[in-house]
Amino acid sequence: MSDNEQPIETQALPLDAWHRARGARMVPFAGYAMPIHYAGPQGGIMAEHLWVREHAGLFDVSHMGQLIVEGEGAAEALERILPGDVSALKSGRIRYSLLLAEDGGILDDLMVTNVSQAGDPPRYYLVVNGATKWDDIAFLREHLPDEITLTHLDNRGLLALQGPEAAVVLDSVAPGAADDLYFMQAAAADWHGETLWIGRGGYTGEDGFELSFPAERLSELADALIADERVRPVGLGARDSLRLEAGLPLYGHDLDESVDPVEGGAAFAVSKRRRQEGGFHGAKRILSHLADGPANKLVGLAVDGRVPVREGATIYASDAPVGRVTSGGFGPSVGAPIAMGFVETQYSAPGTPLEAEVRGRRVPLTVETMPFIPHRYHRKGTQA
Amino acid sequence: MTRYFTEDHEWIEVDGDTATVGITDYAQGQLGDIVFVEVPAEGTALERGGEAAVVESVKAASDVYSPVSGTVIEGNPALEEDPALVNTAPEGEGWFFKLRIDDPAELDGLVDEGAYKAFCDTL
Repeated sequence: MSDNEQPIETQALPLDAWHRARGARMVPFAGYAMPIHYAGPQGGIMAEHLWVREHAGLFDVSHMGQLIVEGEGAAEALERILPGDVSALKSGRIRYSLLLAEDGGILDDLMVTNVSQAGDPPRYYLVVNGATKWDDIAFLREHLPDEITLTHLDNRGLLALQGPEAAVVLDSVAPGAADDLYFMQAAAADWHGETLWIGRGGYTGEDGFELSFPAERLSELADALIADERVRPVGLGARDSLRLEAGLPLYGHDLDESVDPVEGGAAFAVSKRRRQEGGFHGAKRILSHLADGPANKLVGLAVDGRVPVREGATIYASDAPVGRVTSGGFGPSVGAPIAMGFVETQYSAPGTPLEAEVRGRRVPLTVETMPFIPHRYHRKGTQA
Repeated sequence: MTRYFTEDHEWIEVDGDTATVGITDYAQGQLGDIVFVEVPAEGTALERGGEAAVVESVKAASDVYSPVSGTVIEGNPALEEDPALVNTAPEGEGWFFKLRIDDPAELDGLVDEGAYKAFCDTL
């Protein structure tokens, strides 16, 4: 047997030793040695995945880029390169957005949080993908005006606590810190003398938090969370299967620079006001695609049978190639293989029967509404 | 019966001119949870070092190579229903296929369990 991992030079995460002490299998990802899964009877992608859906998992996502964009006019400056309504984002609110190249292609997807304090200049906290962060930083330096300051918070680590028991666990470790937070809201709290930034949300479809804390003391926070028996460490492998079941795109796979937000199935990230006013990178192309409707759509695909259908597989409608799989694998909570991919719009309706080619054979697929597993975010007006 | 190993983490147990092939416990540990196995059909001609089967974990698909040349007698039918047998019994019930060996001299290129374990310790 063989695998295709290429040895490349990698950096160590702040919690490198912490992961290894827990038997993590470390693999290179985004320039870092990262835990793909942990050892022992509680470890492995399947067990870790299912644990997150039932209890709470702790993910180290310190490879991601944490940036601050601040200064008078920061919202307007960001609106040149993001298609979201940044100006309307209130302090303490988080929004998903896209970093757009000058031609409207998607350079990255990101979370932007308004972290402005009353009386101070506007301040935004961005979390960008690890694999793209250096390119993002260079792009932001080039495209933000001189009066806007960009700071890379490379001294902070980032943990994600995800699952239905995440809130009760966080409340026991940092009492009251997230009491008032709903999905896509953020707050800061003091934790053992350092500022803990808490954003409610994540990448699993479950309720949960992303926790930014100084890297040199990150192990204290990880230890405090993992001390609760409801929390187990979860690696990148389950992070990928959880987000796939949740129907959330992965940059570099489901989205990339070759597509604009409409082509990429992320038209929702182009805010209403921005559609009316334009004024962002690629606006002409993107607004025209919005008006005409996209030629291709990103859809969920349920796989008939047990053969996993992976990224790169061609999708057919009888003999005609009509798309390609961009992410695929086994969904542990679904209990079957699932995938997402781009198909020509006429084949994108839920229920449409298609096929993918795997090792020279056709595997039947059905277009399915995403998410595959319902989201259980903590939204205002919902129970729990 | 004699069991040999390859540095690609297959094992082969030889019984006369036939043999059973699977992947090692080390290999299944590296792959993680197995969700699908594609075994070769009866009658398939395999070459030494050539692709013989595919094993799919949650994360990825990996090729399994034939340690020697030969003709497939049987793929393990149990793996269709229960691919996780490769995790729970990789060197027993989780075997992949049986084959008739073309040239027993090819076995000379394989290593015994002790040498294989020593090899794994270097990884």
